[in-house]
Amino acid sequence: MHRTPTASPTASPARSQEGRTGAPPKPSRPASGPARRRIDGRRWAPLGFLSPFGLLFLLTFVAPICYALYQSLFKLRRSGLGLAPPTEVFTGLSNYADALGDRVFTSSVVRVLLIGAVQVPLMLGLALVLALLLDARRTPGKRFFRLAFFLPYAIPGVIGGLMWSFLYQPDVSPIAGALAHVGLHVDFTSEGALPWSVGNMLTWGWTGYNMIVIHSALKAIPGEFTEAAELDGCTGWRLAWHIKVPMVRPALVMSTVFSVIGTAQLYNEPVIMRAVAPNLAADWTPIMAAQNEVAANNYHAAATRSVILALVIFVLSFGFMRFVNKRGAAL
Amino acid sequence: MKEATRGPARAANPAGRAGVLAVLLLATVYSLLPVWWLVVSATKGSSDLFSSNGFWFAGRIEIVQNVSTLLGVQDGIFGRWMLNSLLYAVGGALVATLLSAMAGYVLAKYAFRGREAVFNTVLGAILIPAPLFALPLYLMFSATHVVNTFWAVFVPSVVSPFGVYLARIYAAAAVPDELLEAGRIDGAGEFRIFRSIVLRVLQPSLVTVFLFQFVTVWTNYLLPSLMLANDRLQPVTVGLVAWKEQRGQTVPYNLVITGSLLSVVPIVVMFLLLQRYWKAGLTSGSVK
Repeated sequence: MHRTPTASPTASPARSQEGRTGAPPKPSRPASGPARRRIDGRRWAPLGFLSPFGLLFLLTFVAPICYALYQSLFKLRRSGLGLAPPTEVFTGLSNYADALGDRVFTSSVVRVLLIGAVQVPLMLGLALVLALLLDARRTPGKRFFRLAFFLPYAIPGVIGGLMWSFLYQPDVSPIAGALAHVGLHVDFTSEGALPWSVGNMLTWGWTGYNMIVIHSALKAIPGEFTEAAELDGCTGWRLAWHIKVPMVRPALVMSTVFSVIGTAQLYNEPVIMRAVAPNLAADWTPIMAAQNEVAANNYHAAATRSVILALVIFVLSFGFMRFVNKRGAAL
Repeated sequence: MKEATRGPARAANPAGRAGVLAVLLLATVYSLLPVWWLVVSATKGSSDLFSSNGFWFAGRIEIVQNVSTLLGVQDGIFGRWMLNSLLYAVGGALVATLLSAMAGYVLAKYAFRGREAVFNTVLGAILIPAPLFALPLYLMFSATHVVNTFWAVFVPSVVSPFGVYLARIYAAAAVPDELLEAGRIDGAGEFRIFRSIVLRVLQPSLVTVFLFQFVTVWTNYLLPSLMLANDRLQPVTVGLVAWKEQRGQTVPYNLVITGSLLSVVPIVVMFLLLQRYWKAGLTSGSVK
């Protein structure tokens, strides 16, 4: 990535400067002169340039996590009669024991992982097929198809959710209406259909994005590879499967990681679905469950659930990347 | 050579080609049908909305009435929401781009102790998705009484670890050390060099950083919905979902639909006009 092997930033500024002009160092120059100021400026520049981002990053990323960790170690205790205001007491890991023993929360974690286990392979499989078709030499109308597939990604997730919730709404759903004409009666908001309906919202919104990522990786494959294979008679699907797919593995791996993370933090789509599916529980996903605790003023429980979910996602994504790295894929 | 490779490919059966086209067309219908439904539905009055075919226009085209009713409803709150979204997204993305450029440039071009640690922290923050920070941030802001203010949404919007990551990649690839040294020999201070050389060289790539943050903020729902109870401060995503949750009782569905359409117009236009910049960001974000 770094195209700066000769004039690397590690070289001291004074030395490289003198090297360029070819002049020997001037020992007579007073240390407090402009050179000194310049070197000082250079030493402090990283701090100066980094601190605006750094301070705000500490405020909005690091501090909230630390605050949540801290809050997760306390509980509110009410006094015997409940007249005095409740006090915060340190309770160690007992909030974690409560959260892990809370069937509603653990099943929300399992639910999003199950949705991810089905939805992510389906979506990435579709994205891969579309990317390969767009990459094939003789496919017509590539520009149009690429734009069409990409359009859903341009629609904000919340607005996509609103659209689909209308399309799912019992009694008025135009899709269910059309299916009823051919004798199929479906209810997208029934208990059993909900995970599929939400999964479809995700697939609709993100297939195009993943297709673009995979397609870019396909385009980066050197032409000699595919031409050599074609000369050997390896064309069409065999070319795609044996030559192209293995070469875009890193892109597929990254897409998998980001998609799994995406399902673990599921929130917008099911929240919007609740307007048409009252049977969808308010704590259907982990973030919804944590938000539900906030609504009930159980801030400590909410903090605990946030920390647990962050840990789950951290372990999932880093574990997956290490696993893949060990097997020798370039990331 | 070209002919030799084309020979067997051309012999591929036409049935196969028809199959390919069928798959592409099916996927196109899947991608576009909901958007088509949105456009068609925004032209319908509330009486036609559910009584006519959902995927075709009703007899009357009432989009103009819908828009004017929408803009007048509840003292013009919808226009206010759009302005709020614009303010959060444009303002947040501008500041975020500047901060990312500064941080990314330093991480790419200066050697200092802890540089790798800083960069790895930024990478870690990219991998942990923003919604996970929203709740702890709400708990913290609520303890310090910052919730329900403009700043509760704006301040988190100016921090973009992904932007820093992109800016570092671009700065490492596009800013030659010779240029920086030349500036130093001319006696320019470090900030002057950044302002007049680095920003200029990085400008095209910073468009990508800006766009990504703009879209991130414009589409954000969880953070503002937690932070803002006051509907005069809310962005359009939060407002529309609140309308939808009232199930057509205070604001009829056709207005919710028209509002949804209006709220995606700016972003879809930007996407289509600036496709080049999107791809630049998407690929460096995921393939590298």
